Amino acid sequence: MSYNLKRRQIRDRIIEVLLVLSTVIVLLPLLIIIFHVVINGFSALSWEFFTEELGSPSRAIQGRPTGLVHTIIGTLVVDGLAVVLAVPIGIGAGIMLSEYPDHRLNPLLRVMNDTLNGIPAVLKGLFAFVLIVKPMGTFSGIAGGVALAFVMLPIIARTTESALMSIPWSIREAGLAIGLPRWRVVLSTVMPAARVALVTGTLIAFARAAGEAAPLLFTSFGNNYLPIEWTGMIFGPVDTLPQRLYSLAISPYSEWHSMGWAAAIILLGFVILTFIIARVATRDKFQN
Amino acid sequence: MLQTFAEQLKTNSQIPNNVTTTKIEKKIRMETKDLTVRYGSVTGVKDVRLKIYDHQVTALIGPSGCGKSTYLRALNRMHDLTRSAVVTGEVLLDGKNIYDQDVNPVVIRRRVGMVFQKPTPFPTMSVFDNVVAGLKLVGIRDKAVLNEVCEKALRQAALFDEVKDRLNAAGASLSGGQQQRLSIARALAVDPEVLLMDEPTSSLDPQSTSRIEELIHSLKDKVTIVIVTHNMQQAARVSDRTAFFYVGNLVEAGDTKTIFTNPSEKRTEDYITGRFG
Repeated sequence: MSYNLKRRQIRDRIIEVLLVLSTVIVLLPLLIIIFHVVINGFSALSWEFFTEELGSPSRAIQGRPTGLVHTIIGTLVVDGLAVVLAVPIGIGAGIMLSEYPDHRLNPLLRVMNDTLNGIPAVLKGLFAFVLIVKPMGTFSGIAGGVALAFVMLPIIARTTESALMSIPWSIREAGLAIGLPRWRVVLSTVMPAARVALVTGTLIAFARAAGEAAPLLFTSFGNNYLPIEWTGMIFGPVDTLPQRLYSLAISPYSEWHSMGWAAAIILLGFVILTFIIARVATRDKFQN
Repeated sequence: MLQTFAEQLKTNSQIPNNVTTTKIEKKIRMETKDLTVRYGSVTGVKDVRLKIYDHQVTALIGPSGCGKSTYLRALNRMHDLTRSAVVTGEVLLDGKNIYDQDVNPVVIRRRVGMVFQKPTPFPTMSVFDNVVAGLKLVGIRDKAVLNEVCEKALRQAALFDEVKDRLNAAGASLSGGQQQRLSIARALAVDPEVLLMDEPTSSLDPQSTSRIEELIHSLKDKVTIVIVTHNMQQAARVSDRTAFFYVGNLVEAGDTKTIFTNPSEKRTEDYITGRFG
């Protein structure tokens, strides 16, 4: 018996070591990326980086003021539009999937949603191009927002579904049993109970969309300058961080390369900050 | 042990068994006529005819899977949620079939409340919000009204003294027994006429169980109660009438004392004396 016990203890140790090891392997790339990005981009961060627009390469080469203020604002606008469009529709679809499993449209919705999730992001951009850019006759922030919303939608729908499904069915019955209508039960008892998971799902979708460059290539297009009118951010070509990062990185100017690294820091910080804000906002009021 | 319990009841009963016939006319609050509930091809309950009298406690007993919960859930249209469930026959509430086209199930569930086997406090709500959920969430915002309803419901559920200083604490932070009484308070807050209880004490300790049983006694003046229980002593303790279900059929229903001392069906007697089930 003691022989057996010894063996089991050893096996337990081995499993533990393997688990720690895989955790490290998961975290290591992230840490390396963050480290690398910060090391390379930090030098390009300056006050001007946040206040000046990019302009032509000569600005950077000649050491004149240049920055990515138009890119940062553009990212906020395009991502903001995507969130505004995708969150209500995505959560609505998720509610449909979870709360009305018997509905006639449900199987269709599920298949369509999974298909949409599987479509490459660049195709979603193409779709937004046909849908919005062509009729409008110009690249625009809203077209970029729509393209990113297509990226976010299926993820939000799925995470919403699983978030709501994790709430016991008995909660819904209890709500109905005190004479609440179905929608009210979902809205006031099930969704609050699932809010942390709902927000997490939305954040995963957001983080995914915020990092996409491909769907923006022929929708928001990119821009080296701030628009003259603020409405140009929505109805005209707009710069965004992932796309700018790409174009800075492939440019032949070393000054722009380091600005690309700095853009990566901003993008990382942007996503991390969103996560922190969402976490704080959804803290359980009953937890001390 | 069950046998001795039944015998005890028999010997202790001072009142003759025909007592029901001499009682004053009782008002029928709910009645089912040929009620059948099917899940797909499986029949949950079949052709149940049962009368539920006003201000009485009706206990539904029977072995697991006999259809007693299925029957109970038909009484406030809880089966509406399950698409595979098909309900046929009639469920009359004050003479009106609640499955009629023109009846809104939401209104029915306001009149016929329900308490479940497991306590179900709304997880994100305080004790107070849990109790008044049925009012607050349909638009009643008057703080004075809500306060009054909350206190009244908690008192009726014999919980007020225990939680009066913790009304803003999470409902889920209460003990299991308290949570169940909270669920009862929440059901009572919307002032139902009938209260359905689906094994309300089966997840509770004996002390909490006896508190809830006392509660059932005290609530009789206010509401009509239908309780599903797998505990026969409980049925004998709390109910005025008992209905015995077996494999989806209502075998026998009648005065609790009669059912427990002098059942007319062999199967009822076998079950009550613990020979099966």
